[in-house]
Formats: sequence, structure tokens, C-alpha cells
Amino acid sequence: MDTARNLEAMHIDMVVIRHSSSGAAGFLAERIPSNVINAGDGSHEHPTQALLDLLTIRDHLGPISGLKVCIIGDILHSRVARSNIFGLLTLGAEVAVCGPRTLLPVGIEELGVRVFNRVEEAIEWANVLNVLRLQLERMKGGFVPSLREYNRVFGVSSQRLAAAPQDILILHPGPMNRGVEIDSDVADGPHSVILRQVTNGVAVRMAVLYLLAGGAPELAETAKGPSPGREEGAP
Amino acid sequence: MSPANHQPILIRGGRVLDPSQSLDGTADVLLADGTVAAVGEGLEAPDSVRIIDASGLIVTPGLIDVHVHLREPGGEHKETIESGARAAAAGGFTAVCAMPNTDPPIDDPAAVGFVAAEGRRAGGARVYPVGCISVGMKGEQLAEVGEMVHAGAVAITDDGNPVMDSGLMRRALEYAQTFGIPVADHPEDLALSAGGGMNEGLVSSRLGLRGKPNASEDVHIVRDLLVAELTGGHIHLQHVSTRHGVEAIRQAKARGVSVTAEASPHHLHLTEEACDGYRTEAKMNPPLRSEADRQAVREGLRDGTLDTYATDHAPHHYDEKEREFDDAPNGIVGLETSLGLGLKLVGEGLIDLPTLIERMSCQPARAFSLQGGTLEVGTIADVTLIDPAAQWTVDPAAFLSKSRNTPFGGWELVGRAVATVVGGRVVWEGS
Repeated sequence: MDTARNLEAMHIDMVVIRHSSSGAAGFLAERIPSNVINAGDGSHEHPTQALLDLLTIRDHLGPISGLKVCIIGDILHSRVARSNIFGLLTLGAEVAVCGPRTLLPVGIEELGVRVFNRVEEAIEWANVLNVLRLQLERMKGGFVPSLREYNRVFGVSSQRLAAAPQDILILHPGPMNRGVEIDSDVADGPHSVILRQVTNGVAVRMAVLYLLAGGAPELAETAKGPSPGREEGAP
Repeated sequence: MSPANHQPILIRGGRVLDPSQSLDGTADVLLADGTVAAVGEGLEAPDSVRIIDASGLIVTPGLIDVHVHLREPGGEHKETIESGARAAAAGGFTAVCAMPNTDPPIDDPAAVGFVAAEGRRAGGARVYPVGCISVGMKGEQLAEVGEMVHAGAVAITDDGNPVMDSGLMRRALEYAQTFGIPVADHPEDLALSAGGGMNEGLVSSRLGLRGKPNASEDVHIVRDLLVAELTGGHIHLQHVSTRHGVEAIRQAKARGVSVTAEASPHHLHLTEEACDGYRTEAKMNPPLRSEADRQAVREGLRDGTLDTYATDHAPHHYDEKEREFDDAPNGIVGLETSLGLGLKLVGEGLIDLPTLIERMSCQPARAFSLQGGTLEVGTIADVTLIDPAAQWTVDPAAFLSKSRNTPFGGWELVGRAVATVVGGRVVWEGS
């Protein structure tokens, strides 16, 4: 709270906040007049990551509507997953998640996503895989027994992709644990658009800053999005 | 005592409602020498009596809240025994049971004596100390229960911490029988609830917050019931919030297990949705749960499975609540909204008024073997006068409590206490 008051006292126009607590960006936005950009709050949301993921998918596959996108890995702790789910559903995609049940949030199906227990089924179904980083500390937390086993059961390998019925797009928000959630030959292979995500990330964040700084004022209100704390697209 | 304390009081023409004697009708109540001297129609006014016109009011045995946190010693910026006792009186309570999770905890007779003495000094509601089950609330060694009872403790609990060691719970339930006091438990399996800040469910998943599943509470409710059955001891289950928990208690009561149990205003009126927007004033433990759970708690209160209505009054300074949800402390204040929220249940048709008074006065007195809970002639003169028609808006800024942390701010309620009488002395009067 004192942080917020200090920021306000400096008459800052824009704040970019990344915080370990879910809801922290909304908390700040409700208390200061500046534009607040959420650069990731706890396990809640990471909106610009979702925007750049959406842009990357659209660049390669066209309109989002109707596409099948599966997010693979630690959904429970992932802000990238939540923002992707809300964004993709809003734009009309079909969304699935896949990962060990210990790392899936309770009631995730009620958000309007399907759940695959086996990564093979996810690969068979999806047009796009968004592979999440497995935080190494999850093993100590008892969520998965070992990284080796995680790779064997849930890792995205070229062998598994070979069984895919269609051309599939591979995203990863980075940084990767090569050999854990994704094998190097997939990360560096023909399906991967991981470096395109990084490039698009610069463009998306420039656009967000530009709009909120007052460029294209006719778009600015839209760019500010819904009121803080509540996500558009959550059914 | 000043002479005013000895002045008899005649409460005239109210609706006298005393479920302990199945009384419900217009009558006068005469209080003298700290006791109920007479109840009846057209009582004659003795000399120098103070007459309170109670027409249009309800006159009940003093309300009792068996679950409050008064924070003293150690948390005086949140509440003191004095401010808590006065807030209680303003809420219509003539007695409260103060939980021992202070700093240091109330785990020895000296500390119990301190709470009792401060309570007497406060001049509000009576303050009954509750002692710890274990030394330092550490869940290891049984505290000096007998000594604490001798110093005035009316129950034991490690509330705030659940008793994780089932062997300790067994010993506590066995040992407490010597003194005829209940063992109150905050049922929660910490291994199942680890990391959680709200109910585990769709809302927590959407907000990206870790949740406490119902099972973390259910497992300990069932454990406590079985250990109470094993030992014959009296288990008092605090702030029950889950549907399976309610059902387990219902079944245990049917088998004759010695169990009493609480329902809290917030679990009767709110669900996990209240946490949306990371509202820390809706953060408490056990958390607000699903609508199905809320309905089960309401049914439990109605049918008497949850026999006691208690607030879990948990004051926190606004600095502590005005922060990230994960880091905010659990709990809300309740003393000054409890009666209004209870009367709302009556207004909603869930329970009738005698049942509410039973759950707020008669049964709490029985469960904790306290004086009061009745207007029987010769008992202590603890009386609450309620205006059932008073319309008011919850204004946290007007609380006598030192803390304002409530999700009920702005709620329009009907009915509130207008006078609170403790030991024949008016300790609070509303306008």
C-alpha cells in the first residue's frame, strides 16, 4: 500500500508490475490513477504473454476461432495458462489442458476447457501445443516424482509429434527446460515458433505501451480492458 | 459498586422470549440484586426502580458468543479485552468466550486470570477465558487444564491451530471430563490445506489462488467425532463450513456422541464468490465455501445439527488486511453484525425467532456450562433487549471494535439490540 502511495506521489503515467501474489496488479490499479500493466501476477494472469501467443498463432494459422489449442504442463501455478485460456476462449478457440492431475487446478473443466490425461491424446487432437515450463521446485513440492519421469510421461518429443495427424504448431513461453517438458529437437525443429513468440513479444508490448501512453486515443479505452480483478472471457 | 448498580430495573411490556422455559408473550421482567427477581404480567414497580419501556421490543436471555478473538495480550492494535467486551455489549451480547491464541497464548492459570480480570474491568459483556489445549499451542504437551479451570477457564482449545496429533486430542478429551468442560477444535488437516488462502474450487482456480479443499476440514471433523466417541468427551466443533462436515455431525449426534457445533454468520450468508476481486475482507479460515456448502450449513443451523451460532470475531488492523490476498491474515469482525445477520435468517424464513435465541443464548450457555441463557427467576440478570423493526445499515466506521474488517459493510439489516444488561446493570444502550 505504501508502495502504491509512493508511486502516486511521483505522478507516474504508467506502471508495469510483476508480482509474486495473485491479484497484485489489480490491487495497485484500484489504488492509483496511473495506467497499470500487469506483467504477471502470481499464478493469476500474464496478459501480454497471452497476446503475443495469440498473435503468433494468428500469424501462422490465421483466425483463432475454431482452432484447437492444448496447454501442456503445470497449469496450477501458471499465469500464462490462465491468460491464454481466457484469451483463446474469448476469440472462439477450443482449449484443452494436459498435465499431471497434481498440477491441474480444481474445476478447470468448468472454465470451459477439456482435460487430457495423456499427452499422446492431446497431440492427436490439437492444432497448437503451448508447452509450459516445469518449475524445478515442483518436484520438491511433491507434485511430480522426478524430472525424468515427467519427461517420459508428459515431455513433447519428436517421436510423439511424428504420430500427430496434422501439422502442429509448438509454442513455449520460455525459458525452456530442454529435455524436461520439451526435447531439443522439437524446440529447434520445424514445428516450433518459439523464437517468433519472442519477436512478437516486443511488438505486443510496444503496442500496449503506445496505446496506454495516448497513441491512437480512439483505441486506448479498448486497450485498457475490463475493470481490474475480473477477467473478460471467464464464463 | 456504585449505588446505580444496585438500582433494580423493571423491563415493562416487552415480548419476553425465553426458549429455555418456552416463554413467549408480553410480560414484565424485574431485575434486582444482579438476578432475575420476577417475570410476569403487570409487575409492581418497587421503590427507586428504573423502568425501561420495552413495548415493541423483544426481551431475551442475554446473548452469548462462544467464539471471539479479543487479541489481548499481544495484539492490542487490533482489539483489547475492553474494546472487545464493549463491542460485544453493543452487539447485544452479555457474554463472550475469548479464544487463547494471543501472544503469548493463554496456556497457564496466570494468563487465564489476566483475561478474566481484564474482562471484569472492561465493564461490557462478561468475558470468559478459554485456555489452550497444549502448552504454547504447539500441539505437543497438554497444558495445565485443571489449574486453568480453577482460574476461570470455561473450555480449552488450540483454535487458530488445529490439533494435528490425534493422540493429543484423545488425551484432551479424556482429561477435560474431570472438569466438565468442552474441548473446542478448529478442524483442519494442515497437510491437506497447505498453501491455501480460500476455498479450493472454481473461483480459486480462476483467480490463481491456492485453495483449501473441503476434505481438509471434513477429515478432522470426522476424526474429532470418532475420538469423542471413543473417549466420551465433549467435542465442540468450531465454525463448521462444509456439507459433509454437517452431515457427519448429524450422524454422530444421532449415535449419541457428545458433540456441539457452531455455524458462523459469514458461512450462512456468503460463498467463495465474495473473494472475487481478491477481497481480503472475505478471507477467513475456514474459508467461505460453495453455495451447496452454504445451504448445508443453513440446514444444519435450522435442524439443530449446528446448535450454536457464533461469530469467530477476528479483528485485524486495516494495514494488515489492505494488501495482497495471499499475505492478508484470516478473519473478520462479527460482534456488532451478528444479531442483525441472525435476524436476517429469521427474515428469510430459515428459522424462527425462538430458534435464533436458542442458538444465540440458551444453547451456548448449556454447551459451555455458563450462567445465563435463561430468564428463570433467581438466575443472573443478563438480558438483551432487541428492537426487531429497527432498520439500519452496517457502518464499520461506527463499530466499537477497534477493527473494521467485515465483508458486510453497507448491508441493510433489520433488527438490532437496543440495550444490554449484564448482572442487572445496563452496560450498553442504543439510541
